[in-house]
Amino acid sequence: MFKRLWSPPSRSTFLQGLALGVTAALLWWFGHNTAISLDQHGISLGFGFLKQPANFEIGDTAWLHFSPDDSFVKAIAVGLLNTATVSVIGCTLAIVLGFVIGVLRLSRNPALSSLMRAFVELVRNTPLLLLLLFLAATLHGLPPTHQALQPLPGLFISDRGLVMPYPMISRLSGCFVIVLLLALLLWRRMGRRVGFAVVVATLAALAITFMLRRPVLAVPRLVRFNFTGGVTLSPEFAALLAALVLHHSAHISEVVRGAILAVPRGQKDAAHALGLSRMQTMLYVTIPQALRAMIPLLATNCVSLIKNSSLAVAIGFPDVVSVLNTTGNQTGHSIEAMLIMVVVYLTMSLTIAAVLNNYNTRLLRPVTRPA
Amino acid sequence: MTGLYGRSVLANCVISCIVAMVACGGGSGARNGSSTDGATLRSVRARGTLKCGITQGAGFATPSDSGQWRGFDVDFCRAIAVALFNDPKKVEFIPYTQQQRFSGLQSGEVDVLVNGTSLTISRVTQHNFHFGPIYFYDGQSFMVPKTSKATKAAMLDGATICVQQGTTTELNLTDFARRNNIKFKPVVMEDLRAAVSALAGGRCDAISQDGAGLATTRTMLRDPGNYVILPDRISKEPIAAVVRSGDGQWLEVVNWVFRAPVQAEEFGIDQKNVAQFLTSSDPSIRRFLGVDAGVTDGFGLDQKWTYNIIAKVGNYADIYERNLGVKTPLGLERGLNKLWTKGGLLYSPPFR
Repeated sequence: MFKRLWSPPSRSTFLQGLALGVTAALLWWFGHNTAISLDQHGISLGFGFLKQPANFEIGDTAWLHFSPDDSFVKAIAVGLLNTATVSVIGCTLAIVLGFVIGVLRLSRNPALSSLMRAFVELVRNTPLLLLLLFLAATLHGLPPTHQALQPLPGLFISDRGLVMPYPMISRLSGCFVIVLLLALLLWRRMGRRVGFAVVVATLAALAITFMLRRPVLAVPRLVRFNFTGGVTLSPEFAALLAALVLHHSAHISEVVRGAILAVPRGQKDAAHALGLSRMQTMLYVTIPQALRAMIPLLATNCVSLIKNSSLAVAIGFPDVVSVLNTTGNQTGHSIEAMLIMVVVYLTMSLTIAAVLNNYNTRLLRPVTRPA
Repeated sequence: MTGLYGRSVLANCVISCIVAMVACGGGSGARNGSSTDGATLRSVRARGTLKCGITQGAGFATPSDSGQWRGFDVDFCRAIAVALFNDPKKVEFIPYTQQQRFSGLQSGEVDVLVNGTSLTISRVTQHNFHFGPIYFYDGQSFMVPKTSKATKAAMLDGATICVQQGTTTELNLTDFARRNNIKFKPVVMEDLRAAVSALAGGRCDAISQDGAGLATTRTMLRDPGNYVILPDRISKEPIAAVVRSGDGQWLEVVNWVFRAPVQAEEFGIDQKNVAQFLTSSDPSIRRFLGVDAGVTDGFGLDQKWTYNIIAKVGNYADIYERNLGVKTPLGLERGLNKLWTKGGLLYSPPFR
């Protein structure tokens, strides 16, 4: 009787049920205690405060115009966009740089490969925070505004960042510019004729909007303390981006190197036998096969880059964590701020993972030859 | 106060999570964080030490060479410990960043915050805290390099200003700018040292903090003589100790401990001469020092707790001059922090 009850299938059901029960009990215990403790401290949860005006200023507002009268929601959106900007650019650059370093490390030139190795070892074995603080301090050493470097007319580099001219165009023209870029990007998909027609049409529309409202080039100039006009790339943004790219490109280069080495040697020999050069072998034979092994690890790296971007708070870049910290502190709703942070990072990380996983499954699909 | 920025971010998260689940979950946590009348005093007594939340800053709270905490805030923590245990060493100091301090108090990790927190209504209503008496009157100002184009706060239009995160500073600054119709760019740092190095490196045109905070910050710069604090005070910063709400007895203990050094100064009693006053014939002084019963024997404290505070920590002037006064590196005048009888704002309700 006992033996029958303890047979593998019922045993596993029992154990799984037990685990489920324990987990549920733990969760209930946490939730219950949270509720009691919040009640004891007289803290009420709620997201109503998000609609109130934020009453604080944000330094970097690249995409949205923000003023202290705007709500906390908008402040958080500005922070989120800052995080997204640094993450998207950072991830792209880190992959590109990581690829280059990974391939160069396999180079037959000993000077080149050992130089790359030194870089990778140095960056991989020191904390990212150290690199970040080092870069931020270095950028603070740039000349002050009145002695700003001017490599090109209208382009200024100083301890306030990189300031450059910026074309002021109407919103309508902006839309057409985006359409134009998309058309150029999707040229091959649309077919040559359709593509050509779309581009010409957009260009014409753009010309008409420009005639209606002439674009003005906002040239930065120094007014007392800071440059006004033009667009500013702040030193904090630059330091954060550079630190993230350097750190993660070192990690990615190892992924790339490993994936390339994992491609069976026979593939390379076969390519040589067919008369392909080393470069051609790398580009057309090795890398396409290595990509399959790389994608999941690249996704992991991008996700950790996003999470690492929250170190921004150490150097004063207003990313989403920084804004939420301020929000929590000014309103007393730090638990809600923490929850928003969890949701934001979870959403971003899972999205990246999903997109790259999708790409990965497509890569892994067996190639079907046309009959 | 925390070694690395990384740790302070982490610690902040951990502390907040503690509020969310653990601190009040188990039995011990529930007692710590409990808010029933008398519970805090009971748990401090049972523990044998006071847990005081501080924020590191020259003059207010700094560890000395021998690892002892010293400073204006620290001395007031010690005064509470003396009132409870007649021993200024029975304090455990827990350093917080401005960011972490409220979660630390809320979670029951400390019994009281004596760390330069300004009393404002929203902190009372939103965080559910109570404030002790104002023990330091301050106001927000700006510090600029001597070479700066600004000699008044209103001349900072267009400037980049460094501020520390998690304080009223960000809000005051924004309000000031809107009131005076000027624009500025904030660079918000979590750690003060990052803000200071940004000012020193020229990344910011000015740093904004409370006046006393700026005096402290100036001592952190390599060339303090090259920086000036602008005369404007753009906010009112009444600094007071903070306790959790719900424990009226603990609030009153803190209240009267903070008032004792002020009252002593008004009586002319200081750390050096306090012993002579034990034989004073003035009945109000006899009652104040606990020589005669009737005034200082409440709360279940030692009847001589006021005497002990003055003898072991000092009166307000002793504490001020030792840590912040003109003979210290901070060199702060008493200003508003003079007794009401001398044109300041310090006023203790009577001990009777």
